Amino acid sequence: MTERALLLETMDLGMRFGGVEAVSGVNFRLTEGELRCLIGPNGAGKSTFFKLLTGQLFPTSGKVLYRGRDISGAETHEVARLGIGIKTQVPSVFDGLSVRENIWIAACRGRSTRRANETVDTILSRIAMVGAADRVVGQLAHGQRQWLELGIVLAAEPELILLDEPAAGMTHEEVARTAELIREINRTRSLIVVEHDMQFIRMIASKVTVLDRGRVLVEDSMENILRHPTVRDVYLGKRVAA
Amino acid sequence: MSARTWNVAGLALVGVIGLVAMIGLPQWLELSSLLDVTVYLILAILALSLAVVWGYGGILCFGQSAFFGLGAYAYAIAMFNIGESTIPFVLAIALPAAFAALLGYFMFYGRISDVYLGVITLTVTLILFNAVNSTAGPEYRIGEARLGGFNGIPSIPPLNWPGVPDSALDLNDLFYVSIVLLLAVYFGLRWLLVSRFGRVMVAIRENEQRTGFLGYDARLYKLGTFALGGALAGLAGCLFANWGAFVSPTIFGLGQSAQIIIWVIVGGRGTLIGPVVGCIAIQWLTAYLGSAQLSKASLTQIVGPTVANVLSSTLGIADFSNTNLVLGAVLLAFVLLVPRGVMPTLRDLVRLPFARRRPARDLVPDKAEGTT
Repeated sequence: MTERALLLETMDLGMRFGGVEAVSGVNFRLTEGELRCLIGPNGAGKSTFFKLLTGQLFPTSGKVLYRGRDISGAETHEVARLGIGIKTQVPSVFDGLSVRENIWIAACRGRSTRRANETVDTILSRIAMVGAADRVVGQLAHGQRQWLELGIVLAAEPELILLDEPAAGMTHEEVARTAELIREINRTRSLIVVEHDMQFIRMIASKVTVLDRGRVLVEDSMENILRHPTVRDVYLGKRVAA
Repeated sequence: MSARTWNVAGLALVGVIGLVAMIGLPQWLELSSLLDVTVYLILAILALSLAVVWGYGGILCFGQSAFFGLGAYAYAIAMFNIGESTIPFVLAIALPAAFAALLGYFMFYGRISDVYLGVITLTVTLILFNAVNSTAGPEYRIGEARLGGFNGIPSIPPLNWPGVPDSALDLNDLFYVSIVLLLAVYFGLRWLLVSRFGRVMVAIRENEQRTGFLGYDARLYKLGTFALGGALAGLAGCLFANWGAFVSPTIFGLGQSAQIIIWVIVGGRGTLIGPVVGCIAIQWLTAYLGSAQLSKASLTQIVGPTVANVLSSTLGIADFSNTNLVLGAVLLAFVLLVPRGVMPTLRDLVRLPFARRRPARDLVPDKAEGTT
């Protein structure tokens, strides 16, 4: 297997809110084509870490490199233009617009109108929302909004996709289909997925990074993570024991 | 009927009404009434400027009158200095647009929150009001033009056809120019809203964070929207200065600012035709109340003595021609009873019988959704 290029790297990344160190000294490396899961108990710093990657927060120490380029503290839209797409925990969509328009807005940046229209049709069928294309997004169920946001992210054709709890609030079948979609996306894109649902992480089976109190606790495959004594203590303990 | 059909129908209807008004009104109305209509049309352009900035751009500008006034003053001052209206006309649009761009730069790039944006824009127009108001002395002049302070600037020369200084517009011509410009602004904005810029602008109104995640610089789009609003308000100001051949600092005042917002609220935010209708209706109502002298006696005739007595005793007034009072009541009634404004409510009522005929489509779940 050939050595893959480094896509994203954080060096000693830290974020302090007053006296609280939400993220501290995180050295994170993601190679091209990788699918990485990020887990950790509540308050472990997962969301803060995502915000540091997408330019929503300016790190108090360290830096974020994307393809070797320092993007720490860059504007959100600049980060997006480099090819990083994000799906937020609470679906961030355009509520007053139709499903089609939502995806069109994502598809048309930097592309011709014709190309954008083609992308919209492709994405609509990919997220199975062709029939709902003209519905106003505000009326959709939570699971559908999650899918739509995934479609929006895909329509922008980013190289690296950050997913913050993509399966939250979904039914069992929806979770299974989301996992399938993520594996499919991973054939051509790199992903970082934050998730609580262990079942879901097993379904997408990949390397896992465990965050705890703002630090990287351990980084390994899912099987090894589940056997790791400290991880069981801080995060999985009760659940696995039960 | 699909949304597209409705859109085309709506556009055609506005076009027809516009054409009929343009051809018919000068024949049906006396010059004095035509003059009243002209000012409604001019103010409707002002209403459109806020309709796009607030209704579609999501920027609540409390000081749209600042750009309206700047347009009027820029035209008046340039006219006295130049004498031929081509450059003053352009200045009346460019100067407010540039001022809006400058103000917008600090507000949007400084990441000012919506509430403060309202406060700042309101303050700006009040500062302009006070500044211009205190320039009454003869030492306050720009070239040939005396600013006149609270007295305003009288006898502003009218527009002429571009490059032909002798062809000054009379009041009839001003009506045609106003209605043509109003229609041009309306259809221009309709076009803008289906263009890429317009669609992204609306997306930013819906969710600014998401547009950022998609690579759009929302600040730049908002700046563009705000400057466009400034330009349109300036255009309206230029026509307004022509209409009365007079401009005074009250154009920057709180009353003027509030009125524009009321037009948009009453007519319907998020539509273009709504603010136009709201503006014309409220201006007409204001003018009517001003001339009708709606006293307690006449109120008695309309609503009966009991209601009139209750009204006048609870409100403690005998004179109901107080326009501000009526405007306040209108605003209150709309915010409470028709919060979306006249046009969106009316539109849904008209579409209702058509929408009922296809109830199935929205309810049938997409097969691929796995919900069946």
